[in-house]
Amino acid sequence: MIGFLRSFASRPSTLIGLLVFLSVVVIALIADWLYPGSPFRMVARPNLPPLSTGYLMGTDMLGRDLTAALVHGSRVTLSIAILATLLTVAIGTIIGAISGYYGAIVDDTAMRVTEFFQAIPSFLFAIVLVAVVSPSRLSIVLAIAIVSWPSVARLVRAEVLTLRTRDFVRAARVGGLSDMRILFSHILPNAMSPLLVSASVVMATAILIESGISFLGLGDRNAVSWGYLIGTGRTAVRINWWLSALPGFAIFLTVWSLNLVGDGLSTWLDPRKTETGRHP
Amino acid sequence: MSSGRIQFLLGRLLKSILVLLAVVVLNFTILRLAPGDPALILAGEQGAADAAFVDQIRKDFGLDRSVPEQLAVYIKSLATFDLGLSFRERRPIATIIGERLPATLILTLTAFALSLLIGIPLGALAARRPHGMVDVALTTVSTAFFAMPLFWTGLLAIIFFSVWLNWLPSYGMMTVGAPLSGLAAFLDLVKHLALPASTLALFYISIYLRITRAAVLDVMGSDYVRTARAIGLPPTRIWREHILRNALLPVITFASLQAGHLIGGSIVIETVFAWPGIGRLAFDALLQRDYNLLLSVFFVSSVVVMAFNFLADALYVLVDPRIEAGASA
Repeated sequence: MIGFLRSFASRPSTLIGLLVFLSVVVIALIADWLYPGSPFRMVARPNLPPLSTGYLMGTDMLGRDLTAALVHGSRVTLSIAILATLLTVAIGTIIGAISGYYGAIVDDTAMRVTEFFQAIPSFLFAIVLVAVVSPSRLSIVLAIAIVSWPSVARLVRAEVLTLRTRDFVRAARVGGLSDMRILFSHILPNAMSPLLVSASVVMATAILIESGISFLGLGDRNAVSWGYLIGTGRTAVRINWWLSALPGFAIFLTVWSLNLVGDGLSTWLDPRKTETGRHP
Repeated sequence: MSSGRIQFLLGRLLKSILVLLAVVVLNFTILRLAPGDPALILAGEQGAADAAFVDQIRKDFGLDRSVPEQLAVYIKSLATFDLGLSFRERRPIATIIGERLPATLILTLTAFALSLLIGIPLGALAARRPHGMVDVALTTVSTAFFAMPLFWTGLLAIIFFSVWLNWLPSYGMMTVGAPLSGLAAFLDLVKHLALPASTLALFYISIYLRITRAAVLDVMGSDYVRTARAIGLPPTRIWREHILRNALLPVITFASLQAGHLIGGSIVIETVFAWPGIGRLAFDALLQRDYNLLLSVFFVSSVVVMAFNFLADALYVLVDPRIEAGASA
């Protein structure tokens, strides 16, 4: 494990990304211990600037502690992003695997549907879905997954296409294993590495989409998410700049750290890949 | 133009039309799924909920017919860009969107042009000396911009350039109540456009920078470039004719795929900067639960995106010599 971490995090940028992302996860996990009680409580004088004593990031126009809101917000934002990523990867893997494995008309149909979802304006479509289904954390997760699965499906399809003609897959087929067994225990485990890289990208995008949806006021009103904080803070941007600037910085840090981890993962998983993207 | 190229473009055109048809069916399904009976909601808002009045509203908006019938009417009307009435404003939606579309096109096309004109040269510059100082600086900055939510970059721009420095206006498309014309009006527009367009562009500049850099590096390692070097062609000629021309192909493909993304970005940007385009319109429709208007914005955006993709395909045909041979690429 140590050896794995040492070789994985040997690039400084990957190490930084990993540390930042893990800190966000830890903060989300211990949010209730750090700031017990609802972040919606009014605890101090309104409009305190950042670095006030006891209120590191200041307070909003109702005297609510922005640090507490940010800490609790990490929980909402991360949980939506993680669920959406899992769902996206699941949908994309199933469609991509079936499409690549069976080929012919199944593949054609699946690819046309994939292209359709890639052609339409995805963020707008996500908003339409959330608005019509009624805004909630569940509908946001669903909307993100519905607009994000195509890239995963294409990736998995391409992997399956190259793997299905390999000797070990032929052997499994001759051995009389069922299609599902071949797909899930012989082919897909070999496609794990690119899938992992793609999951980090999907998660970074999921955070951006979620924050955009909440920023527009479509999020769960009973849960503080980072995008929601920016959305409410922006009305006071001329007086209390920190109310929108600081939550945005939290989003930026998290997305940026995920991108760094993703970059690190892809170089680590494929060390033979040279800078030009070709295998020598 | 050769027949192969024309055939290729016709195929693409057919594909776009099929996608649009699918969008229409999708829209219709979503409208059906929307919670609540629009007739009841409208009647309730006008303070009259008696059955006769509700029936009248149903008839007015065609809500009393069967579902397949409604779909047929819907497709027929969309084909002629008759998008129906806005439940809320009681004005034709096509007129409302028509008023707003130019503003969005000005914003997105400016941002698009800026991102290509800045992103591609910067990407090529970064690739000239991989891991050199310039490359590291450009890559680091672009990675950062790539991770920023657009609306946040926009708000920061407002805080810096409008609130603190007071250089540029932070909302709207022109100065309200100033009867400007000619050059003065144009300059006024440019001033209002500066912040929203550059915010939107910043994100895409970082994307084009990354893609161009990767594409150039990829081409630089290819056999034909090595051959060109070996036979002693001048470096500037290799750079221009062999590397750049080929590296631009993936960039064009990518650019055409970004059109839909750009429209999505314009929703948040228009909301942040109160830019009077269809993104802002979608936001207002959202607040007012005017689903038909919202879905029409979705439909019109899809038309714009398809048109854009088609233009990109046409451009691709001009740049890529390989399409000449095989019609299906």
